[in-house]
Amino acid sequence: MSDNTPLIICEYCDAVYQRPTLAIHQQAHCVRCGGLLARPHLFHVDHLLALCVTAIMLVAFLSFYPVLVIRTGGQTHDATLVDAVWALTEGPTGIMALLAAFSVVVVPVTQVALLTWLLGFAHFRQRAPGFRGCMRWLATLGPWSMLEVFLLGALVAVFKITGRIEVLPTMGLLALGGLSLLIIGMAGRDVQRLWDELP
Amino acid sequence: MTPPVAAELGLCLCHHCHLACELERHPHVCPRCGAHLHRRKRSAIARTWALVLTALILYIPANVLPIMHTSSFKGDSTTTILGSVVTLWQEGAWDIATIIFVASVGVPVTKFLVLGLLLCTVHRGSERSRRDRTRLYRGLELIGYWSMLDVFVAALLTALVQFGALGTIEPRPGILFFGLVVILTMLATLSFDPRLIWDTDANDD
Repeated sequence: MSDNTPLIICEYCDAVYQRPTLAIHQQAHCVRCGGLLARPHLFHVDHLLALCVTAIMLVAFLSFYPVLVIRTGGQTHDATLVDAVWALTEGPTGIMALLAAFSVVVVPVTQVALLTWLLGFAHFRQRAPGFRGCMRWLATLGPWSMLEVFLLGALVAVFKITGRIEVLPTMGLLALGGLSLLIIGMAGRDVQRLWDELP
Repeated sequence: MTPPVAAELGLCLCHHCHLACELERHPHVCPRCGAHLHRRKRSAIARTWALVLTALILYIPANVLPIMHTSSFKGDSTTTILGSVVTLWQEGAWDIATIIFVASVGVPVTKFLVLGLLLCTVHRGSERSRRDRTRLYRGLELIGYWSMLDVFVAALLTALVQFGALGTIEPRPGILFFGLVVILTMLATLSFDPRLIWDTDANDD
């Protein structure tokens, strides 16, 4: 196997380097274009698995608890993540609902599922069945998770309607923030190490 | 000292798993993840142009058509993106107005300008400030999806304000076009290959 080649290639300008040994807090940048080449891993595989379990709980929480609650007169209305996506299906914006569902529901849930699958097996030093496919899907889905944008959107929505009515931020917002941070942290470069670490 | 380039060493970067593949031993498929290998993304310039131009065309209805319709006992109103920014500003919510303006006008316009600049300079084979242009591309990757903000705000408001004392908020087609612009510009950024900026080097030496 030529798996453990000591060479790395800059993805922005194709310059080739020997893989550097990095201390914590050190990063390797390309001398030609300044792109990030390598940085040490933040988490151990088992830490990642633990974070993944946290992410599953947050997903479960977010699928039942509302992100925002408003109170007018005696009435209260609330909206979960799925409600917000569903609201777009009304009227002429049906396709937009699909795109929104994809970017804040389907992609994050798939990412968490794939990570659990991969990391669960990695805990026992094994490659999960379908390892190659799962890893490639994770890399492909990477740029399409938009939970953090949705979080900012929820905050903007709060400010847009306060004044006229009482808006109560909920635990859902906190969970949303946590989940988007976890996904950024886990699905990024750190998980790519599985290629090298699992035989 | 300039480092060697992948092509000189007969290597090729796998786009999926970032392995340095030896082209002599594995000319077509990455030995580690099984993805197809390409020295450069296929017809990157043509694809990026097509996506950018489509996005640019759709950006017109995205701004002209209304994005939300509010009906309450006070009367009905429809707002466009710029209209809502202006209203918020006049009501004194300048901070929210700025956030929405940056996300829905600043980010897309920046993406159009930067992608246009990168495409033109690569087409001309320009050798000027390649490092800065690569940095611009990384900036594009970073700001990519933040323009979806207005779509999500509209979705949340629609879900929250329904048949209550406040009236009803409904999404309008502007949102659809706007969302498509965001997706298309993201696809355009993904299909552009920043290594084309550096390919002029190979002709020199």
